[in-house]
Amino acid sequence: MMTEALARQHRIALTGNDAVAYAVKQANVDVISAYPITPQTFVVETLSRYVNDGELNAKFINVESEHSALSAVIGASLAGARAFTATASQGLAYMWEALYAASGLRLPIVMALAARALSAPINIHNDHSDFFGMRDAGWIMFNGEEAQETYDLTIMAFKIAEDPRVLLPVVVSYDGFIVSHAITNFYALNDDVVKEFLGVRTTGPRIDPDNPRTFGVLALQDSYFEFKRQQYEAMENSRQVIKEVFQKYEEISGRSYAPLKEYMTSDAETCIVAMGSTVGTARHAVKTLREAGEKAGVVGILQYRPWPVKEAEQLFSRFKRIIVMEKVMSPGARAGPVYEDIAATIYPKHSEVKIIDFTYGLGGRDISTRGIIEIYKKGKELIDKGKTDRVYFHGVRGE
Amino acid sequence: MSTTVTWREIDLGGSVAGGTSEKYKTGNWRVEKPVIDYEKCVRCLICWLYCPEPAIIRNGNEVKIDYDYCKGCGICAEECPRKAITMVPEEI
Ligand code: SF4
Ligand code: SF4
Repeated sequence: MMTEALARQHRIALTGNDAVAYAVKQANVDVISAYPITPQTFVVETLSRYVNDGELNAKFINVESEHSALSAVIGASLAGARAFTATASQGLAYMWEALYAASGLRLPIVMALAARALSAPINIHNDHSDFFGMRDAGWIMFNGEEAQETYDLTIMAFKIAEDPRVLLPVVVSYDGFIVSHAITNFYALNDDVVKEFLGVRTTGPRIDPDNPRTFGVLALQDSYFEFKRQQYEAMENSRQVIKEVFQKYEEISGRSYAPLKEYMTSDAETCIVAMGSTVGTARHAVKTLREAGEKAGVVGILQYRPWPVKEAEQLFSRFKRIIVMEKVMSPGARAGPVYEDIAATIYPKHSEVKIIDFTYGLGGRDISTRGIIEIYKKGKELIDKGKTDRVYFHGVRGE
Repeated sequence: MSTTVTWREIDLGGSVAGGTSEKYKTGNWRVEKPVIDYEKCVRCLICWLYCPEPAIIRNGNEVKIDYDYCKGCGICAEECPRKAITMVPEEI
């Protein structure tokens, strides 16, 4: 890293959850409201300590549920505050109605999601069911692979959300326990650097007694569609804004970000696609596969919404085989959500590229380097036999 | 809401300037309309207090129904202690 960039930051060892809380403190939020839920709880626990100890001048609103948590944050954001919440699993499911209100009202809220499986049966461990459950709620969606990415994305999330061309809520997800509870070293920007990067929130809708407006109006057949179409455009606009924010962030931090993370892709014939902490394991697996002469590569998904259409087309059309690994189940669908996004991006234009979908790791079932190598080999073989017309399950007994 | 406004210029996030409900006449929602018999009315203002809209206009102690906004819920007729309000079916 360049010395100038280094001078702007410090090395710190925190859990993923505490890395998020640290970023939120530095972002100098005005209002936090959340309800504890495993494995996110430590985010708000740490933030409440910051507030109590006077390290963060924010209002911490205790509520009785996640529905109320997001609702309180919506109210705060409408009042002009920089507002934050965090949740996981059932908590996110319980926010469902308010998720759409936040994006429809065009509020630059930031939420952290320590991704966890959904009931039933009850399970507190990581998969991406909660994350993908909010796919169409109109939020910008990022996924951090480890503490560094999660910290950086949380800081950048405020900048992106509050850009007047965007004004949409942003969720930063990271794997429950695997990232949320693991202590790792990472670089954090110095307080004054974040302060300068983010400034104070000046944009977005806000309640102003001198200029009274009605928010959350009833909009029926004659106007609802126009409001939603405008909201769609904001998501489209965010593509450029995200690019600019990544660029600006690189200038100050020395860390470069892209919607899709590539590893050994330049000459790869078979590519593994993954999201979250698995991406790191997949890199290791690919390294091993390369040593055995396989032309393997990895693409990790950092930015899920907006789906990076152009980047995805350019990248995925280069491969012969794409093996998608998904920690989510979409019963009754042709395949999981990531498969469908990739397929919709490259087909029918690049029909020579073959894709196969694997569900793995549900409810926190561990995925190892060996497991990914198995998926790679099986995926490659099935594609070459033309057997790609179903979803395969890795690591489930009886498959 | 004007039906000529496109998504490009429509207000952000489904918000609108204050006072627009005045332009939204809800009177045609009615099935029955309340009619006050002023012979029986004792100007107690109970109906004025209870009308949820509010569609009962008060002038001193006099009450008058504003049919532009009265939705015909019948609460005023129910609450009037003198039974001075009758709900009359709207003509179709
Ligand atoms: S019918 Fe209902 S809305 Fe109409 S004047 Fe009576 S109380 Fe008000
Ligand atoms: S409640 Fe009945 S008596 Fe009282 S003011 Fe209304 S109409 Fe008249």
